[in-house]
Amino acid sequence: MTSRREGSPFSGLATIALKEAADHMNSARIHLVMLLVILTAIGSVYAAIGQIKATTGEDQFLFLRLFTTAQQPLPSFVSFLGFLVPLVAIALGFDAINGEYSRRTLSRILSQPIYRDALLTGKFLGGLLVIAICLLALWLLVTGLGILLLGLPPSGEEIARGLAFLLSTFIYAGVWLAVAMAFSTLVKSPATSALCALTVWLVFTVFWPMLAPLIAGAIVPIDPLDPMTAIHQIDLGQAIARVSPNVLYGEATLAMLNPATRSLGLLFASQMNGAVMGAPLPLSLSIALVWPQIAGMIAAVLVLFTIAYVSFQRQEIRA
Amino acid sequence: MSPVIETSGLVKRYGRFPAVDGIDLTIEKGEVFGLLGPNGSGKTTTILLLLGLTEPTAGTIKVLGLDPLRQPLAVKRRVGYLPDQIGFYDHLTARENLAYTARLTGLVSTDAEKRIAAALERVRLADVRDKRVATYSRGMRQRLGLAEVLVKQAEIAILDEPTSGLDPQSTQELLDQIRELAGEGVTIVLSSHLLGMMQTICDRVALFRKGRIGLIGKVAELTGNVLGGTHVVEVEASGADLAAVLNGAPHISTVTPLKAGHWRVDTDDDVRADIARRVVSAGGALHAMTIRQSGLDEVYVRFFEGENHDVAA
Repeated sequence: MTSRREGSPFSGLATIALKEAADHMNSARIHLVMLLVILTAIGSVYAAIGQIKATTGEDQFLFLRLFTTAQQPLPSFVSFLGFLVPLVAIALGFDAINGEYSRRTLSRILSQPIYRDALLTGKFLGGLLVIAICLLALWLLVTGLGILLLGLPPSGEEIARGLAFLLSTFIYAGVWLAVAMAFSTLVKSPATSALCALTVWLVFTVFWPMLAPLIAGAIVPIDPLDPMTAIHQIDLGQAIARVSPNVLYGEATLAMLNPATRSLGLLFASQMNGAVMGAPLPLSLSIALVWPQIAGMIAAVLVLFTIAYVSFQRQEIRA
Repeated sequence: MSPVIETSGLVKRYGRFPAVDGIDLTIEKGEVFGLLGPNGSGKTTTILLLLGLTEPTAGTIKVLGLDPLRQPLAVKRRVGYLPDQIGFYDHLTARENLAYTARLTGLVSTDAEKRIAAALERVRLADVRDKRVATYSRGMRQRLGLAEVLVKQAEIAILDEPTSGLDPQSTQELLDQIRELAGEGVTIVLSSHLLGMMQTICDRVALFRKGRIGLIGKVAELTGNVLGGTHVVEVEASGADLAAVLNGAPHISTVTPLKAGHWRVDTDDDVRADIARRVVSAGGALHAMTIRQSGLDEVYVRFFEGENHDVAA
């Protein structure tokens, strides 16, 4: 039936996306979460700057250290983002569809000349727009803070790497927005869907890194007489860990912000033969190194969005 | 007269439960048409089918000559819908809510602004248009929903239980506004279980029962057909059996005993004088007699006698 439908599935898309974005920008919920993110970000960057100033070394990529340097007890800017960006995305998306049901606005909106596609996609794009604006603002803020306090401008490559980092953070946030929106279509009550999304977030940020080696150990036990089993176990553990978008994001940012990163897995000494230790990779190679991670996150966004899409298309309006 | 809504053999099943089970409906342009029935009899499902918001299991629908399944956007552009228990975005004002739906309809902003101002004026919400909808009463929300239909300048307005949960004054106001809208040639389809209201406002009604249309026609015709009369006379008398006394009397269709000494007589004319004469001449004593026009309430009760009303909506 659907194949013969007339009219564009995109009509009304921009209207919905802009309205959602405007709603988010005005909502107390987002203000609160963003305030948290900005305060922690500034705190960690400020601490990093203190650390960088204290250890005046010759570093080609001093500016990138802003993002990655951690000073006890504060974690680095990157790890803060890895932890808090999902929270922002979940706050944006957890009641996207079931909120319309509980406010009883859904049938009214869908009786306007738009398709359901436009509503779901519009909400997703609206959320992404808000995330993009916030991340860009945050990135500019941190860069500006760096220029002011370090007193040196970032080089071209540092800016390029910073932008690549920004983009991967954006995709990472997209994954969590898609998680939240999938729950908002699958679960009827907004409170439950928020809890579901937060549970997934906790599992992947806190418990997954602990679980992955355990699962790998159970599947591939180490045979003391065969050293290869140890390598298999580590490989498998890493593969399992990479199910978590946090791990993918962590690896992606590591390679982008630390140009000396040559591999994200195990390396044998023989493979390092002839390599100049600590020499930075060019940007293109760093990107090639993390491309699988980025592609994995994009795939996760698409799969999750498809789940949300299919489940929303099948729902009855009056449920 | 040309039909604007036509359905034939319309069926919608949820699992194995038939919510709508073979509905043939023709609604003419400019009519005020009422869908009546107990909760769960398929009124709202029929409305959703008309709008293309849910897919029929079988049967065909034509709205304004279009198929709501294949051309939903064209249909929804020309049909206004006021859902049951309407909801708005509470954090937005009335004007912002209407502006949003106007943009979704594809109105350009200058045009939309004019229409919104006019519509809010008409439903008497102009003075609160910049207040958040969260502060609105139920009646105000319902009127705001009507304003949305006005902004759309719909050719057909489908109103699902527009007056449910409203106080009598708000109900009256809303009905006046619906009547006004009908006066402008807008075809109106409304569903309700408030029969008194349907009686005063509808040209024709369809009585739903378990997903089917049990009866369809003008209110006067229905009362005549189902009850066999247009008036109800309640008689209080003693010393005579009314059923025997009135046997063979003209205009009288049925005599129903209510309790000892009380009868209910369905007639198609005012026959109080005749009844009085017959009771007295039969040696009985007449204590009281009241007459009223029989309405949809009676049709409804009679028609749905023995029905289980507890079907979930």
